[in-house]
Amino acid sequence: MSWFDNGWGLSLVVFLPALGAMVLLGIPKAQETAQKWTAMLFTGVAMVMSIIIAATFEYGSAEQFQFGTKLSWIPAIGSNYNVGVDGISLPLLVLSTVITVLAIIYSWNNWEEPHNPKAFLALMLILATGMNGTFVALDLVLFFIFFELVLLPMYFMIGIWGDKSERTLPVFNKVVENRLYASLKFFLFTLFGSAFMLLGFLGLYFRSGEVGAPSNTFDIPTLIALGSENAFGSGTFAFLVFGAMFLGFAVKVPMWPFHTWLPDAHTAAPTVGSVLLAAIMLKLGSYAFIRISIPILPDMAKQWAPAIGILAVIGIIYGSLACLAQTDIKRLIAFSSVGHMGFVMLGIATMTDIGINAAIIGMVAHGIITGLLFFLAGSMSHRYHTREIARLGGNQKLMPWLGGVLAFTAMASLGLPGLAGFWGEFMALLASFSPLDGLDLTLFRTLMVLGAIGTVLTAGYMLWLLQRVNLGEPKPEWDGREFHDIDMFEWMAWAPLIIATVAIGVFPNIVFGATRDAVVNLVQNAFGG
Amino acid sequence: MVNTIALAQTVLAVVEEDGAVVEAVELASGGFFAQWAGIMLLSPFVAFIAIILVGKRMKYNGAELAVGAMALNLVWSSVLFVSNMIDGIFYEVGFVVADVGQFMGRPLVFELGFVVDGLSIMMYWVVAFVSTMVFIYAVSYMQGDVRVPWFFASLSLFAGAMLVLVGAPNLIQLIIGWEGVGLASYLLIGHYWEQKENSSAAIKAFLVNKVADVGLIIGAIMIGRTLGDFRFSSIAKAAIAQDEALAGIAVAAGLLLFFGAMGKSAQFPLHVWLPDAMAGPTPVSALMHAATMVTAGIYLMGRLFPLYQNLAQDAREWMVPIAAITLFAMGLLALVTDDIKKVLAYSTVSQLGYMMVAIAVGGYTAALFHLFTHAFFKALLFLGAGSVIHSVHSNNMSDMGGLRKYMPTTYRTFVIGALSLAGIIPLAGFWSKDEILGVMGVEGYTSFMWLAIAGAFITALYMTRTVALTFHGTYKGEGVPHESPRLMTIPLVVLAVPATIAGLFNIPGVSWGSIGNFTSWIGARIVPMGDYHPSSINWGLATAGVAAAALGIALGWSLFGRDARTQQLRDTFEIPFLYPLLRNKYYIDDLYMRGLVNPIKGTVAKGIDFVNGSVIDGIVNGAAFLMGAFGRFVYQGFDQRGIDLAINATAGGTSRLGGALRFLQTGKVQHYAGAFVVGAVVLVVGFVIFT
Repeated sequence: MSWFDNGWGLSLVVFLPALGAMVLLGIPKAQETAQKWTAMLFTGVAMVMSIIIAATFEYGSAEQFQFGTKLSWIPAIGSNYNVGVDGISLPLLVLSTVITVLAIIYSWNNWEEPHNPKAFLALMLILATGMNGTFVALDLVLFFIFFELVLLPMYFMIGIWGDKSERTLPVFNKVVENRLYASLKFFLFTLFGSAFMLLGFLGLYFRSGEVGAPSNTFDIPTLIALGSENAFGSGTFAFLVFGAMFLGFAVKVPMWPFHTWLPDAHTAAPTVGSVLLAAIMLKLGSYAFIRISIPILPDMAKQWAPAIGILAVIGIIYGSLACLAQTDIKRLIAFSSVGHMGFVMLGIATMTDIGINAAIIGMVAHGIITGLLFFLAGSMSHRYHTREIARLGGNQKLMPWLGGVLAFTAMASLGLPGLAGFWGEFMALLASFSPLDGLDLTLFRTLMVLGAIGTVLTAGYMLWLLQRVNLGEPKPEWDGREFHDIDMFEWMAWAPLIIATVAIGVFPNIVFGATRDAVVNLVQNAFGG
Repeated sequence: MVNTIALAQTVLAVVEEDGAVVEAVELASGGFFAQWAGIMLLSPFVAFIAIILVGKRMKYNGAELAVGAMALNLVWSSVLFVSNMIDGIFYEVGFVVADVGQFMGRPLVFELGFVVDGLSIMMYWVVAFVSTMVFIYAVSYMQGDVRVPWFFASLSLFAGAMLVLVGAPNLIQLIIGWEGVGLASYLLIGHYWEQKENSSAAIKAFLVNKVADVGLIIGAIMIGRTLGDFRFSSIAKAAIAQDEALAGIAVAAGLLLFFGAMGKSAQFPLHVWLPDAMAGPTPVSALMHAATMVTAGIYLMGRLFPLYQNLAQDAREWMVPIAAITLFAMGLLALVTDDIKKVLAYSTVSQLGYMMVAIAVGGYTAALFHLFTHAFFKALLFLGAGSVIHSVHSNNMSDMGGLRKYMPTTYRTFVIGALSLAGIIPLAGFWSKDEILGVMGVEGYTSFMWLAIAGAFITALYMTRTVALTFHGTYKGEGVPHESPRLMTIPLVVLAVPATIAGLFNIPGVSWGSIGNFTSWIGARIVPMGDYHPSSINWGLATAGVAAAALGIALGWSLFGRDARTQQLRDTFEIPFLYPLLRNKYYIDDLYMRGLVNPIKGTVAKGIDFVNGSVIDGIVNGAAFLMGAFGRFVYQGFDQRGIDLAINATAGGTSRLGGALRFLQTGKVQHYAGAFVVGAVVLVVGFVIFT
């Protein structure tokens, strides 16, 4: 299957969903079953192909980009259609294709107002192309396009199918619907970061020719090769380029204090939107740090590392404390993401192979667990028609299975050892104990202790959430109401995530088997260790 | 991908006397039962899953699966126990589950597996024996409960997690089992989660342990980072070899790990969760206090004993006082408590103090021997209390009294347990407590030793009070009490046997032929422990211990046991200052709640939320507002159709956005797709022009 190995396989994984979106447009609006099966077919095939890629991936040389191709695209600026996967992007690519399929299964009979599956599915498929593409793009222009491509579908998902309740904007002194405020905030915030990111990319491009590339280039492998010789140096130029890219990526992660779009977007988004946002889109930023910032500008990464570490740990503590104050279940889960992504960024900030491995498994685990949490929150608000924690209670009694899965997922989210969430947190702390040579030991060990204290706070808000939502007696307002427990579509969407949580928790080599060599190679090239 | 590291090499174990090596013997590999011990360890998890899936449809609601798994464990570990008596066993196996990058120039691997040696075999057996008794008892005790299958599933999880912890060949697996035990205890303490105080007690247990786990995790990281691997056998070997790098961090890491143990083993001031944990059904309390939870911290200290003995001796300065405070101050609380289970809970905290003080002063064998005997008589006492509660439907001793007539079996076995706990010769508790006192004296902690003897007096006093208020005098409750069914009394009788005779296995200087004694059983470790073993009974110390206990019994009986009148008066026995102090548990709970938990949950969290909503978002919204105003200013008078939708909308044009949305809602996504293509083209053209 040489056609498959030489770029077609990977390109199909990326573009099949978009192709599916176009096919969807041709299906009459009334034929919803046809629409659903079309979406299912295209994303399903993409998922199967990504699994074939994972199965035939050469793990012995995980540091090399495989299944790739490089075609001339925009010769005027030396930009190519260059794609490929290595051990770092592979787990994230598979996560992305699988979550997309699960999201479609979940939505099967569960459309939020104003319904219109056709439009919703089309947006979801375009989103899938953007997410998959970001993980395989090896050209900065291509990367930028995919990175931005995810914005619009998500913007419309939130804006159209989002939360219709209203809020008063303090500065504008205007009453707007939450979905409008959140979608706009999400869009502008990310666009703001992206503008800087693009500046950073252009900086790299224009400098690359001067520092050793045959001509100015957007080619990521070439830039990485330059980076391993530290061709961009550690002067003001590199500092500014790194800073510009940092802004772009940090907004996406999101890192404190650029995170405030996230609780609003998550809370207002429809269930599937929240799931995709949390499970995949948050990973684009942290992935970009690993793929672009560190290997291309290693010296700068080292200089910025303390700042990244400090912001990461602020995120952990701040996110956990903010969770304790939340009254809305989705908003609480959203804030928990700030804390969890803090651990991911702390791992990256150590600039060690262990830390970066911690970050990747942390990303995968957060994708699975928080994705599941948002599914659950969605199903609960679908049944109770409220997300207000104070009105819930005794959920375990009303819906034993749903309550059980919620309890399981909360345990996974608080980092219970033996489940997937543990390894990312533990190894981030482990890496902080001994960061890259030359980084401030005292600082990083302080960060380690603060991060460890953060795990206590995490356990605190998660258990408190369970107590208020799951335990106790149901509130009188639900008397005599019949609730249906988890239905078949929900089981189909959730079971794979539950199984993955346990499997990765017991046998984390599922992820490390892919990432290890690639990460070791990355760190050695960047820092010579 | 999986690669096995079997370490069944022959290892020298060392027979010691008075700390001196007298003989080195080769440890056996243990054969089939050691090499396949994983089956035993995993069986409770199989039961856990099976009960969840099919428990409801079974005759005893899945209890048969839970009991079956534990019976398998009991048989299996008994074989190991006996083999280890004859030939010391050491077998260790680890499967690599994670292979992550470079770590000090070596690959960092995480392994799961199990270790079979003297210490773990003893624990396997205690866990299996106590669990089997408790599970059988629970079949009857929990009849008619709201969720019996779930209860037995959780019990299985509890025992399974403890076995994973005990079997851990390295710190990572220990942490997994450790928090697994925490999870199971959370589920069981909160078994009646319809009432808020129960779920709060569950959360308290989990969180206090989580606080302690910070120490455990950082300590583990320090040791793993220094040695380059997390295996207990590596730590022990490095400690014996006086490894310089390890020596450098031994005290700090040792104290951090001790902090972790303080949580699970309820040492002052992290003991607060244990009395509240009585919210769970009584079988849970029995299990938790005897075998599966609070012993974990002592076990960890025992596992790491070579580290403390050889490199981290300075850590004793902290460990000994903390443990001594625990054993004395917590015993006092048992004197003023009305809830029979809480009396026993404080008693456990106090006895854990004994174990911890023993291991802290260097008494490896003494501490674990007390853990061993305590498991029997404390399980017995809790199950006895459960039998009483089952009969009178109240936890409060003020609702009991005179039960010896109605519940003779429970009464007799409870008294045996109480006497054993009080340390009356020749019951099990006497021998183990005596050994602790002996080690404290020899290691030069004389003043703490006298405190421990005073603690023995307190122990006898509160146990006499408990027996008197519960079983003597006149019955004060409602209805007619009755003896419990045989499924409950048989475990009591079975447990009473080791509670009586277990001490005989470690009489100083006595070795039982080819099976040796307790000291040699748990001495089968990869390196010598080097702790003190008395060669004969110290009669002076034994007399002091028994005298203290006898005095406690006498005083207790004269205060509470003589007749109904003095019983009624017991709560007027109020010493000023001391009584309120004890009734309020030294105000430690209040301190934590008012000083820490409530401010964080309240003020701090709300403050952060305010910062988020008003400060950071204020800046964001303010910036958007300014941008919008700026945009309006610049584009005033222009046709705005081509302008960025975003700025438009920010400038207040929400209606325009609404229009755009309605446009989309018509289903004409073609327009959107078209717009998207146009956007992409614009982008590309932009790039071309840009160059």
